[in-house]
Amino acid sequence: MNHGLALPVLLPMFIGCLLLFGARLSMPIKRVLSLTSTTLLVPLSMWLMWQADQGALQTYAMGDWQAPFGIILLLDRLSALLLVVTAVLAFFALLYAVRGDDERGRNFHALFQFQLMGINGAFLTGDLFNLFVFFEILLIASYSLLLHGGGPERVRAGLHYVILNLVGSAFFLIAVGVLYGITGTLNMADLSIRVAAANAEQAPLLGAAGLLLLVVFGLKAAFLPLYFWLPKAYASASAPVAALFAIMTKIGLYSILRVYTLIFGDDAGTLANMAEAWLWPLALLTMVGGVIGALAATSLHGLLAYLVVVSVGTLLAGLAQGTAEALSAALYYLIHSSWIAGGLFLLADLISRQRGAKTTRLIQGPELQNPHLLGGLFFIGAIAVAGLPPLSGFVGKLLLLRAVEPGLQALFLWPVVLVGGLATMIGLSRAGSTLFWRVGQSQLDSAELDYGRLFACASLLLLSPLLVGLAAPLLAYVDATVIQLHDLQLYRQLVLPGGAS
Amino acid sequence: MEALFAAALGILTASGVYLLLRARTFPVVMGLTLISYAVNLFLFAMGRLHTGVSSVIAEGAEYGDPLPQALVLTAIVIGFAMTAFVVVLALRSVGEMQTDHVDGQEPGR
Repeated sequence: MNHGLALPVLLPMFIGCLLLFGARLSMPIKRVLSLTSTTLLVPLSMWLMWQADQGALQTYAMGDWQAPFGIILLLDRLSALLLVVTAVLAFFALLYAVRGDDERGRNFHALFQFQLMGINGAFLTGDLFNLFVFFEILLIASYSLLLHGGGPERVRAGLHYVILNLVGSAFFLIAVGVLYGITGTLNMADLSIRVAAANAEQAPLLGAAGLLLLVVFGLKAAFLPLYFWLPKAYASASAPVAALFAIMTKIGLYSILRVYTLIFGDDAGTLANMAEAWLWPLALLTMVGGVIGALAATSLHGLLAYLVVVSVGTLLAGLAQGTAEALSAALYYLIHSSWIAGGLFLLADLISRQRGAKTTRLIQGPELQNPHLLGGLFFIGAIAVAGLPPLSGFVGKLLLLRAVEPGLQALFLWPVVLVGGLATMIGLSRAGSTLFWRVGQSQLDSAELDYGRLFACASLLLLSPLLVGLAAPLLAYVDATVIQLHDLQLYRQLVLPGGAS
Repeated sequence: MEALFAAALGILTASGVYLLLRARTFPVVMGLTLISYAVNLFLFAMGRLHTGVSSVIAEGAEYGDPLPQALVLTAIVIGFAMTAFVVVLALRSVGEMQTDHVDGQEPGR
């Protein structure tokens, strides 16, 4: 049993508790503690990724209660990949926050650590009820982080976000209850066996529970009928929080991928791949909705929030096709979109600071102090997020377009992705030319560019060329991930007697 | 017993949804609470309803399923924390926006 598996959950938990008890400690100490924990998570998750890449599934039985009776943590290639994406994003978001954004509330660092604990736990757990618990941990931390700094806009967006997610939690519990009532287990690998063996009488109820789960995960992932909370919430959050939230929609997508490959996957009898028929049209409509929102946005923050929605639609289109190529394209795009969206939210804040009261509203404002530097970063970010060559968004979208089978699916996907990319480009050009070129004569002399913030923002954006450079090993990894995900026997062995390692 | 139980859950949920759609923070919080009661009872019922059997475990005899009880306990604790949070948030929203409408402004304005 590898104790390292529990560390991505335990490390932020202990540091978070320490910070909570030490709420009156001086800010530098809190920053050191928080940065230490977040920095350690990067090599730790990379080590776990290396371990997962050896091919075997690793489990960690809490209290040594064996699966399926105890709660297990499960490390496979997919969860390891998402841990790395989270750790890198969180590191730069925190690096940005320690330059001053954390001073607006006493418990920023504690909340940040609990947020990381919830996210890492959700990626690592192998138990459906435990997934619910980690969802709640990350949600309650995210509620407080979203409201961090206060102000009516945040309270308004926060109220919607909290109430919607509470209703979502109720749905989650109902689905978990039905699954437990019929199968008598909540371990995902065990559920996979029981659902495959379900008789005709049980199948419709299991299907209902499965689709309820889709609603819950859809709310987290923010696809079409359920994304209306996202633009306001993301646009009003403070910059480091919005950057960290770039991973939040991916938690919903991860859960969809996990549940609908393992439990309701290829082998689930009449329920096999039941989500795909729903996800496919929703993915396309989400992309369309996101693009329309992006074109109509009145501020850079709003525009970026809608681009998050577009990326969710793109990822969902990869998931919904069900082919191995499309799925690995989606996983590659997931890495790209989390980091670039995070970097762009940080950049929007840097721009906002030099525009005084006009923030990032798309109207004429004062001249920026560093128009070339910020404009250059915006240019890189815009190219990456719109999917133009030579940056990583292009590679991701190209892989996705190549993966779709010729026929009706291609007929829908190609125009939506390509026209969507063009419209994204138009929205971004409009925002960029307003922010950088339609400026007055005078500069605000109050806002100096902070190099710590600039470093965090530029590093995240420059991960895009790095992703292109490392595309070959990354694609090999995500291909192996997809093969592992569809090898259900591998997971099912975990719950057979003597099967757990 | 099952029919009575199911009817009670149905009424609780329906009342909860009605209150939720009132779009004022206090009824919304009450609605969320009612829904979470209904959900907790539903979870509990997933261990099947019994009368007169041992609550946890007994040798040879029929016994109640302990797992849903543990799940309900967890769900109640989480539900408490969430309700407390949303109450504080609702108060803050009334303070910041001078209205108890969940959109932060009176409808029709």
